[in-house]
This record gives sequence, C-alpha cells and structure tokens, in this order.
Amino acid sequence: MHDKTLTELAAGLQAGEFSSRELCQSALDRIQRLDGDLNSFISVTTEQALADADAADQARAAGDAAALAGLPLALKDIFCTQGVRTSCGSKMLDSFVAPYDATVVEKIRQAGGVSLGKTNMDEFAMGSSNENSFYGPVKNPWDLSAVPGGSSGGSAAAVAAGLVPAALGTDTGGSIRQPAAFCGITGLKPTYGRVSRYGMVAYASSLDQGGPMARTAADCALLLETIAGHDVRDSTSVARVVPDYSAELDTSLAGLKIGLPKEYFGDGLDPEVETAVREAIKVYESLGAKVCEVSLPHTHLAIPAYYVIAPAEASSNLSRYDGVRFGHRCEDPTDLEDLYKRTRAEGFGEEVKRRILIGTHTLSEGFFDAYYLKAQQVRRLIRQDFLDAFDEVDVLMGPTAPTPAFDLGAQKDPVSMYLQDIYTIAVNLAGIPGISVPAGFAGNRPVGLQVLAPHFAEAQLLGVAHQFQQATDWHLKRPAFGKEMA
Amino acid sequence: MAIEHADVLRAAHLARVGLSEDEATGYVDDLSRILKMVDQLQAVDTQDIIPLAHPLDATQRLRPDEVTEHSQRERFQACAPAVTDGLYLVPRVVE
Repeated sequence: MHDKTLTELAAGLQAGEFSSRELCQSALDRIQRLDGDLNSFISVTTEQALADADAADQARAAGDAAALAGLPLALKDIFCTQGVRTSCGSKMLDSFVAPYDATVVEKIRQAGGVSLGKTNMDEFAMGSSNENSFYGPVKNPWDLSAVPGGSSGGSAAAVAAGLVPAALGTDTGGSIRQPAAFCGITGLKPTYGRVSRYGMVAYASSLDQGGPMARTAADCALLLETIAGHDVRDSTSVARVVPDYSAELDTSLAGLKIGLPKEYFGDGLDPEVETAVREAIKVYESLGAKVCEVSLPHTHLAIPAYYVIAPAEASSNLSRYDGVRFGHRCEDPTDLEDLYKRTRAEGFGEEVKRRILIGTHTLSEGFFDAYYLKAQQVRRLIRQDFLDAFDEVDVLMGPTAPTPAFDLGAQKDPVSMYLQDIYTIAVNLAGIPGISVPAGFAGNRPVGLQVLAPHFAEAQLLGVAHQFQQATDWHLKRPAFGKEMA
Repeated sequence: MAIEHADVLRAAHLARVGLSEDEATGYVDDLSRILKMVDQLQAVDTQDIIPLAHPLDATQRLRPDEVTEHSQRERFQACAPAVTDGLYLVPRVVE
C-alpha cells in the first residue's frame, strides 16, 4: 500500500479494496516502525487521524466522498493546526498549540484528507538541509548519512520513505523543490498568491508560498486544486479562478518551447547532476518539444538580493515572539527588556538569530537604502529576466540543485549552505511557479529536474511534468529503506 | 560593508535578542561573510529602477471597514504563558 500514489489509493478506496481506517492504520504503523531512523515527524496525531479516517469511511458509505476522502497525508509543522502543536521546528513554539487551522489545513480537511501528523523542518523554514531543527536533523531515506534537503525536509523524507503518499510543504527560496529533488519526489511551488498563507507561520512574507509534495505530478495537481484559491484572510492571495489541474495533465508537448538558462549549467554544477538533467531534456525533445538556450543575466544576484530581503522580512515577522502572548517565555524575568531578550535568546536557534541580526542590521538607520531598497531594485531586474525569457519560450528547465543531497554535517559555513539554493531562489523573488521532478541519480542519491513557468501557469507546469512521468520511471524508484515492511 | 562587534550588539539590542559580548564576537565573522556576499548588489546600476516589493506588483487590497471578527479572548489567551482576568502578565513596568 505504501508504494501507491494518492491517485491510486483514491481509486482503491473508491473500489472498496480497503477502508481509510486500514490505509491510515497501515501508514501509522509504518511511521511508528520506521520514523525512529528518519525523524521526519515532529508530531504524529494517531487518534485524530483514525477518527478522521472513520469519518471518511462513513461519508463514503453514505455516497458523500469528497476529492481527498480518507487519503492520508502529512503537514509541514509550519501550518497551524487547531488543537495540535505547531512548532515550526523551534523551541520558541515547542509548547504552542494553535487555536485555529491554516486555510490550507481547513481545505484539506473539507476535502476529506486525513492528516497523520506534522513533519520536521528547519527552524522557521530557515535552512536547506533540515539540520536547523530544534527536534534534530532528518535523514534522507535514500542514504541515511545524507540530508533530505530543507526546509521541508521532513515532508520530503516522509513521502520518499512511503510513510505518507503526500505532504504539504512551503517554499521561500527552494524549500519544497530542493528537498523534493534530494529525496526523489515531485514538489511544486505555486505562483506567489495562488495558495493562501493564512495560518502558515511567516518567514519572509513576500516570498513564502505553500505547495504539494508527492510522488507524481498528477498527485500534486490533485492537491493543488484542493488548496489553491482566494482567501479573504490573506490579502496577498489572488482572486483568480483555480483551474482543474487534473483535467489538463494530458496536454501534448508537441511544439512546446523549452528554454535552458545558460546560467543554470555553469560552474559549480555537479557533472552527474548535469548528465541526468540533460538526459531528461532529451526525453522532452523525443516527445516533440523544441529546446533552445536562453539567458537570465541577473541570476548571480539572486542569492545576494534574497539574503537582504528574506532576513529583513524575517526580522520583522519574528518580532512577534515576545514571550507575552504565546510560545516560549524565560524564567523569572526581572523587567520587560529582560523578558524579551532572554526569551528570544533561549527560544531561537543559531541560524534564526543570524538572520534576525542581518535583517535588523540592514533595515537599521543608515543602511536601509544601501541594502533593502537596492535589493528590491535588483529583485525587479531578476523578475524581468524571467518575463523576457518567457517572451521566447514556454517553460524553463534546469537542475533543481547544483549537487545531489550532501552528507549530514558537511556544510558548516552558512554562506556555502546558502549557495545551494542558486537555482531555486530567483523563482521566489520573481513569484513564478516551479516544480522539481525526479530525473535520475548521481550515485545512490536522486537528482531533480526543475521546470519553471510564467505566473499562474501551474496547469502547464504540471502537464509538462506529468508527460515526463508517462515517458520515464524515475518517479517510481523507491529507496531500499523500509522496503522489507509492507 | 563589514560589520563590527558594536554593530552586532546594536542589531541584537534593536531585535531584543540577548547576546553576551562573547556571543557577539562569534557572529561578527559569519555576518561579515554574509554581508560581503550581499555586497555584490552594489556593483549593479539600479538608477531609475523602481523597487519591487511584491512579486506581482500588486498593492494591498482594501475591504469595507466592518467588524468581521468577534472576541475570542479566552481561546487566544489559552496559549499565553501568563494571564490573569483576561490580561497578559508581564513584569511591572511602572512602579
């Protein structure tokens, strides 16, 4: 059962081959047996899951099954879940039980989806390896000595190991796509504004976007059509009709124009990753697509611009953790300033403090124009690169990350860790959608092909990914980890 | 632009993150390297480029000024570290 896709499991439930309770119980057993080695979950909500599974079975028996009825999945622990701890991977929120559901959680629930729990992540979504979690690092099921990527590393590892068929993640600079690539699954970052951010713990509000992580593009389509859409509670969510993504998966690739950004195939790209990606592009050519080289000339400025904008927004967003209204509070504060300073010194980890300090510094008097305004100007140039490229081609393709998953503990310097996001970060600055699709291996570690499309062209992106998965079997490969357990 | 020990302490105070002198020393090197990487931005001519604050260039949507939320004080205070009589407790500010 754990090898099946969401779509296959939905068909099995519909045909009465198994009940949602059986399905969810089997997944919960697998989590219990295997997650000690992976650490992909922070909280497993067994009782609630089984109650939800029973409710889904009853709804189905009554002829009232919604799109995701009875299907198990997991939620990155950044989404607020009423009555369940929402830690965001931080000591600061270790005791925080959310008093409300995030909009996407509400939508999953309304569609009958059954959450089995909350997945591990880099603290406040700041990281590319899942090593910055208060709850310890997550292991990559393909190789337990490797990182799963980050920040949605728990979601990616849980799907790759077959603990759940799908999970939700969030992506501020690559946090869905890079772990999807490292763990050999499919992960989509939607257009900024496509999915409501209400109830999603904020890191960098002009970049954050939630999205699906699953085995296939078809499963991502099913999840995206459930969670996307306008939300009056998120003023940046966009009032635009949500297409029937599942219905548009079979669009032919004949005549599709693919651009390969030359900046995505330069220095620093692992040769085995490059080989896998170029092979994948050949598959597209064999399916009738036309390939040409394009340029995104400001690519090298994406990481510098991001490390001004994201920490600046984070330093503002994270000012809410004051030890007064919710979350961690230090013992016996002597005065208000001591309360704030000790609470925040104790509650935040190293990387979070680093970004708060950078953000506070760059926004402070005397530095604002040189850093923040400058970065926002460069952000416009970066977005314009994509708009210009999409005048010539339909989609862009390249590697999701410059290397396969690296070893746990291998990236000690923060700046070299930041450079891991070279191919993903500009996408968030531009606000366009991107997907990572399994495209082979470098040694025993998966490689992701990244496909990018214009704003709101998720249907095209999912179709392009789905057609590849009809012609290849990389997305069907499973790690040896956990294989012995049915 | 390099960052110095005093800058780190200043930022830590502004952000209300408690940092000892020694801990601040530990951040000087990391933050300097991050800012050195960021300084690549200074080489770009951005004259007349309008800063991009929102990836879709959208502006904040307005809604009618109507009450849409009702009071749920007890529910929201249930996760607070210290409350009494519906009030959040903090150390005494005024003697």
